[in-house]
Amino acid sequence: MEKKKKKWRLNKNFLPGLAMVGPTGLWMIAFMLLPLIYVIAISFMTKGLFGGVVWTPTLKNYQDIINPVYGKVCLKSLKIALLTTLFSLLVSYPFAYALSKVKKRWKSICMLLIMVPFWINGLLRLNGWVTIFRETGPLNTLLTKLGLPALNFMYTETAIVFGMVYTFMPFMVLPIHTSISKLDSTLLEAASDLGATKLHTFLRVILPLTFPGIFAGSIQVFIPSLGAFFISDIMGGGNTMLLGNLIKNQYLNARNWPSGAAFSVLLIVFTLVVMQIYTRLGGDMDEMV
Amino acid sequence: MEEKRPIIRLDHVTKRYGDNTVVRNVNLDIYEGEFFTMLGSSGCGKTTTLRMIAGFEELSEGNIYLENEDVGNMPPYKRNVNTVFQSYALFPHMNVYKNVAFGLVEKKMKKEEIHEKVTEILNLVQLSGFEKRMPSQMSGGQKQRVAIARALVNNPKVLLLDEPLGALDLKLRKQMQLELKHLQQQLGITFVYVTHDQEEALTMSDRIAIMNNGVFEQIGTAKEIYEHPKTKFVADFIGESNVFEANVSEVKEDGSLKLIMEYGDMEAYGDGFEQNEIVYASIRPESVKCSLEPVNGFNIRGMVKEHIYIGSIIRTTIELPNGQLVKKCAQPDDDFKPVGSLVYLHWSPDKTVVMHTNEDKLYDLIDAGE
Repeated sequence: MEKKKKKWRLNKNFLPGLAMVGPTGLWMIAFMLLPLIYVIAISFMTKGLFGGVVWTPTLKNYQDIINPVYGKVCLKSLKIALLTTLFSLLVSYPFAYALSKVKKRWKSICMLLIMVPFWINGLLRLNGWVTIFRETGPLNTLLTKLGLPALNFMYTETAIVFGMVYTFMPFMVLPIHTSISKLDSTLLEAASDLGATKLHTFLRVILPLTFPGIFAGSIQVFIPSLGAFFISDIMGGGNTMLLGNLIKNQYLNARNWPSGAAFSVLLIVFTLVVMQIYTRLGGDMDEMV
Repeated sequence: MEEKRPIIRLDHVTKRYGDNTVVRNVNLDIYEGEFFTMLGSSGCGKTTTLRMIAGFEELSEGNIYLENEDVGNMPPYKRNVNTVFQSYALFPHMNVYKNVAFGLVEKKMKKEEIHEKVTEILNLVQLSGFEKRMPSQMSGGQKQRVAIARALVNNPKVLLLDEPLGALDLKLRKQMQLELKHLQQQLGITFVYVTHDQEEALTMSDRIAIMNNGVFEQIGTAKEIYEHPKTKFVADFIGESNVFEANVSEVKEDGSLKLIMEYGDMEAYGDGFEQNEIVYASIRPESVKCSLEPVNGFNIRGMVKEHIYIGSIIRTTIELPNGQLVKKCAQPDDDFKPVGSLVYLHWSPDKTVVMHTNEDKLYDLIDAGE
């Protein structure tokens, strides 16, 4: 008797549950899970003669990855992603800290200043920087007029890192800002009361307590900068090949879908490893805002 | 009385937030080794005063001295005082040991010495064996002990406590009150304690300062404040009181006063009152007596309105002809009169506390160091 009752209850919750989760679930299956399975599947297939996929299983695509040329691309991608993360952090932390200290009215204005660029296409914004920084751009014109040496900044790795920091900084600012806002100000008073100078209070209390935000922000900057291709295309002028560019080239230029898929899987694995490290070190996925 | 040395001196201290004056021109000496309590309802400026001593709030005017050293503009980390916060403010990323050691590490003490001191103080607050616990794994009472240990381990000149027991339940609070008092006596450190709980203040303190609207209404021992409140506010705030507005009709040679109220008159004692001055006369419920016949010197008539039995005592309300209610409490068999009886109220004249109504005059008295 009792068992039957329980079962009936489960059924009662099933329909409303399905109604709520169903649409999102379907969406995720159709546009997330199926394509992912497809990518993984074709990474083990053979390239067709004129592009496309021939459904003959092979491990060749993965064997190709071991090629030292590709190894260099991976290392460079990692290096640029790390530098991007580091510089984003250095720029974002003071900004987020200041943001949590300003008055409410200014806070919303500052937030708006961070968010508004998001409403404009990223390509457009980056091209704006290209215009400013290019050899005969306004910046160099100004520098020359002032009698200073012109900057040869565009189309270098520095320019790529700059573009990436510029693009991904909000992902760093927001979680750090959340972390700092959550900080109990009496803790800072307590530290000061116990003899800690401002610097020591920062190092011993503020920094460790905002580490979750730093961590979450770093992950959120690191992962997209590993895969982003258009930034290195625009700011690097196609001189610098990153993992993202490689994947794009394999798919669109070489029309070698299986190879592109294999690199995509590699990138996914990178990402998963980073995520795993994050959670293992005590990071909370909910911190990612 | 032994020689008392002021360890903290507030010298004409004023604190303003914009146009809002929170602490008004306060002068105060706190003596070495005493348990000093600032008592008042929320928003009276007691916490602000404490925070100014700690250094968290800047002074708008005046100065603060710690052992004759001017600390008015000194940042908190340079002052040799420590604070126990109401919210404990334990560092959530550090275990008990590291929390307590925080101040000693700042002093660049040697590891062995830190270990020794932390062990000793944790022993004192009965938290030995809790060194590795994180604050999140502890109960409110335990956290409070850690907070006290963390402050005391630095051997401060003065320990500031900002409603430290406010978040604890009643039973634990009573227990911690006694423990704190014992701790203070044992260590001989000056405690400056802020609370809105009058019972807590009366239980623990050597001296109490009653604060209202940014000024100290009265500073004194629990007994002084209870038995001789200087202002109507203090009389109302500490314990229960019946306060009458009266006119001084006669000042006698022996210092006794004849007071006339709207309904009736009474005798009282008091210095510094003038004839025809309007005063407040306050009398504690436990001093009020009633009889069926008028008593010499008193002529206050009322009707017994209600009796409430609370175990060993009985609380009686008596209504005067003008509607004012007089509270009385006594042993059940002590001059009990049934509800509806017409009675004459009286009490021993020296139990009446007479207070000035002229506020300016009162503040002059306080400024003069009364």
